[in-house]
Amino acid sequence: MKELLKEFTKGISRENPVFIIALGLCPALAVSISLENAMGMGAAVTFVLVFSNCLISAIRNIVPSRIRIPCFIVVIASFVTIVELLMAGFWPQLAKQLGIFVPLIVVNCIIMGRAESFASKNNILPSVLDGLGMGLGFTLALSAIGVIRELLGSGRILAHMVLKGCPPATIMILPPGALLTLGILIGLINLIKSKRKE
Amino acid sequence: MNKIDNKLLLSVSPHIHKKETTSKIMWAVFLSLLPSGMAGVFIFGPRAFWLIIACIVTAVVAEIIILLLRHQKLTIADGSAALTGLLLAYNLPSTLPIWMACVGSFFAIAVAKQAFGGLGRNIFNPALAGRAFLLIAWPRYMVTFTKPFIYPDSVTCATPLYLLKEGKAESIFQMGFNYLDMFLGNRPGCIGEVCIALLLLGALFLLWRRIISWHIPISFIFTLALLTWLWGGESIGEADVLFSVLAGGVILGAFFMATDYVTSPLTRIAQLIFGFGCGLITFVIRKWGGYPEGVSFAILMMNATVPLLDRFFSPRIYGHIRRSNFLAKSPQ
Repeated sequence: MKELLKEFTKGISRENPVFIIALGLCPALAVSISLENAMGMGAAVTFVLVFSNCLISAIRNIVPSRIRIPCFIVVIASFVTIVELLMAGFWPQLAKQLGIFVPLIVVNCIIMGRAESFASKNNILPSVLDGLGMGLGFTLALSAIGVIRELLGSGRILAHMVLKGCPPATIMILPPGALLTLGILIGLINLIKSKRKE
Repeated sequence: MNKIDNKLLLSVSPHIHKKETTSKIMWAVFLSLLPSGMAGVFIFGPRAFWLIIACIVTAVVAEIIILLLRHQKLTIADGSAALTGLLLAYNLPSTLPIWMACVGSFFAIAVAKQAFGGLGRNIFNPALAGRAFLLIAWPRYMVTFTKPFIYPDSVTCATPLYLLKEGKAESIFQMGFNYLDMFLGNRPGCIGEVCIALLLLGALFLLWRRIISWHIPISFIFTLALLTWLWGGESIGEADVLFSVLAGGVILGAFFMATDYVTSPLTRIAQLIFGFGCGLITFVIRKWGGYPEGVSFAILMMNATVPLLDRFFSPRIYGHIRRSNFLAKSPQ
């Protein structure tokens, strides 16, 4: 039981995909303009991660290892298509905002990485928990970046005006703002980690 | 044996010392910049003065705080932080809100300088990085310039380069300026860039003290002038070359920003290429880019090439073979 819990929590803290292993940075930088976008993207990735991990773990013994990567991609692409259609159907506004980055989840290295390094070697239950933990870790990281960028770059949080009478710094919702925020957050996390070691 | 030991004093090279220190150089640059700053205050009023003070104070305070956080020795007296604040203020329009200037100054020290490891380790010129940050963060405030000599009220107006970019004026006389205005600073612009005469005076002082060499500024200005002469106008020789050098921040950038020791190359050939690149990029931004002025982005871009330039043009060590193709093999 404790082992299973560990598989779940490692993605949130110890092996956070964005802040610690620095995977999936492309969507993390591009989509984190606002908290809403960040959470939408996080939810989509979490959905795909959980189901692809589950299915890949289930078929891991019948897939020949030489063609495993194409098989993983077919599985992942199916779930991404599901997410894409669901999003376009029920949250058209969000789908429009995220744009190309929803279909690009297919090549997201977090999902590929978990399939290759975890789901293809473990049972279904740990794989699902691993996917859920990684997805939540990704969502949390994106939300942290998103809330900072939205607050400083457009003066809002979840589209509510917070900073009134103070012109927002446009740079924060442009690409340099994403790199600055991510860099400073990773720096702070490394600082805390090194302090803890002492 | 003992006798000889007492007579022979062995020390490592270099044996000739010059009494030049980092802080002396920094304060000399600071001093050489002061006249044009005073001219800026005279032209744009007391607001410019408070902006300069705010930038310097923020830069110094930010430096102290971050040095304390990093458990480093407090090296405020070397004047590098104060110089960064001063240079940043010189690159701001006098109408900018004070708190924005403080944010830019903090960014310059905290992110562009100390995050890279402090003085001597920063890749980009901190003052220019601060200006670039402000320009992208609050573009509307950074391009609001005022007419000279009208204060405490102010009348906003466009810079000469902006008029040229937007096609609202073809020549310097259509803009209502003459070359003497441009030379003395009677035009809208950033606080420290307008008074070319006093900037050149400061530059001469630095050249005389041999704090800067002529290579970067001359190749920068010459490249820009040549390219403007060739392709600035409709046909060769039609563009106003003198105007292109006097307008914007070319003089300030070429003599005081591009020559920053930390972010410029070491050897003469590399310095000439560095200046050439600055001039080229400035011209490209002015001619085809989105901004009317490109000096700061040009210098920042060329800052990124400095490690490469230093590596390619490192002097041959006496007795070593000449490297026929410096791209083929990395130096040992």
